Amino acid sequence: MANDPTLLRETPSQTAGPYVHIGLAPGAAGFDIYEHELSWDIAGPNAAGERIRVEGLVIDAMGSPVKDVLLEAWQANAAGHYPHPEGGGEVEDGFRGWGRVITDFETGEWGFDTVKPGPVRGRNGTMQAPHISLWIVARGINLGLNTRLYFSDEAEANASDPVLNGIEWENRRATLIAERGTRDGQTVYRFNIRLQGDDETVFFDI
Amino acid sequence: MPHDAEYIQRDRTWHPPALSPAYKTSVSRSPRLPLISIEQTVSEITGPRFGHGDIGALDHDLLKNYATTGDPVGERIIVHGRVLDQEGRPVPETLVEVWQANAGGRYRHRKDTYFAPIDPNFGGCGRTITDENGSYFFRTVKPGAYPWRNSINDWRPAHIHVSVFGRAFCQRLITQLYFEGDPLIPRCPIAQSIADPVAIDMLTAKLDMGAAIPLDSLAYRFDIVLRGRRSTLFENRLEGN
Repeated sequence: MANDPTLLRETPSQTAGPYVHIGLAPGAAGFDIYEHELSWDIAGPNAAGERIRVEGLVIDAMGSPVKDVLLEAWQANAAGHYPHPEGGGEVEDGFRGWGRVITDFETGEWGFDTVKPGPVRGRNGTMQAPHISLWIVARGINLGLNTRLYFSDEAEANASDPVLNGIEWENRRATLIAERGTRDGQTVYRFNIRLQGDDETVFFDI
Repeated sequence: MPHDAEYIQRDRTWHPPALSPAYKTSVSRSPRLPLISIEQTVSEITGPRFGHGDIGALDHDLLKNYATTGDPVGERIIVHGRVLDQEGRPVPETLVEVWQANAGGRYRHRKDTYFAPIDPNFGGCGRTITDENGSYFFRTVKPGAYPWRNSINDWRPAHIHVSVFGRAFCQRLITQLYFEGDPLIPRCPIAQSIADPVAIDMLTAKLDMGAAIPLDSLAYRFDIVLRGRRSTLFENRLEGN
């Protein structure tokens, strides 16, 4: 892309490195420093909608779980609103829409509890299927990766989602669908993220 | 319905490429297929917001926020600057988080086993929220350089990791602050994963004697530029962006 001389240049990215936990999740790094770490609670206690758990692995080129990732999630509430002045409407008290989690140092598993988001306004009067935006940083990732998680039980909405439909390779759309299941009576969506190789997850330039 | 004003496209040739073979870990963690470009929607132009209720009074003071028996060892510094967008407008009320090694080059992290001692009075992380002018500052010690397992004798230049949110999920950025004049910067495979020396210079905090405190602390200035937003001139949005 050509440089527009009237604009400042964006600060270049650098990898979050192996010790991202110190800054963004110090408890996981092995020490308590802040009175409270930032929101691991995306939805809060008052949010309407189905309570769900989302979990998975981040997998590298060798098929190994990546064990030092930090993920951030950004989502609408069940009414499809984001907690932001341009977010489409009101949200419940305590609904933050955002959370960050790390992968387990031993297993690479990550997971968070939230509510299932509703459909979200798209462009030009379209609607987007329910989805959670994810941002992934780690050692070896030079610029955070953006992807989206969609829900396997929303086949109809997914079929008309403008972003999914914008992916020319139809077989790659499946990399963005989290599989619904249950465990101990709780709804659990499984979502593995593949950084490279067969079934590489679709990452977006947003 | 008019669509929302978009953020200016990210110039990915200015950022380090995902695959930077001299930085070995990037080889197995870099996507190989092209990113899919999408038009921004409300999901991309909104983002989390934080307030002073989220942080503590000493969180920006790394000299004090973990100290128990005295101050941390090392060269006392102030790091300050402004968070701006690409049109030079300040980005107020945005969260800035930092983390770093101590003066000996060791992180307080269960995975860091470098020889340098842990400093009992230094945690190594801080956070603050920019003021109405987009300004921020931290007080800390200058981090030490340290060796790392990339090639057999690679050393990281002294650096502080910096995480910024902005107002939209698409502005989210993590970067590293280096220090002006450090001879390790030209030898660092991570810093040198950036192609343009002008871009690397943007990550180099400049000594700022004007902000230094005599007989106390040196100061370094580090401005951060987040993605700008196209204006909505055609949509009669009198309130602007």
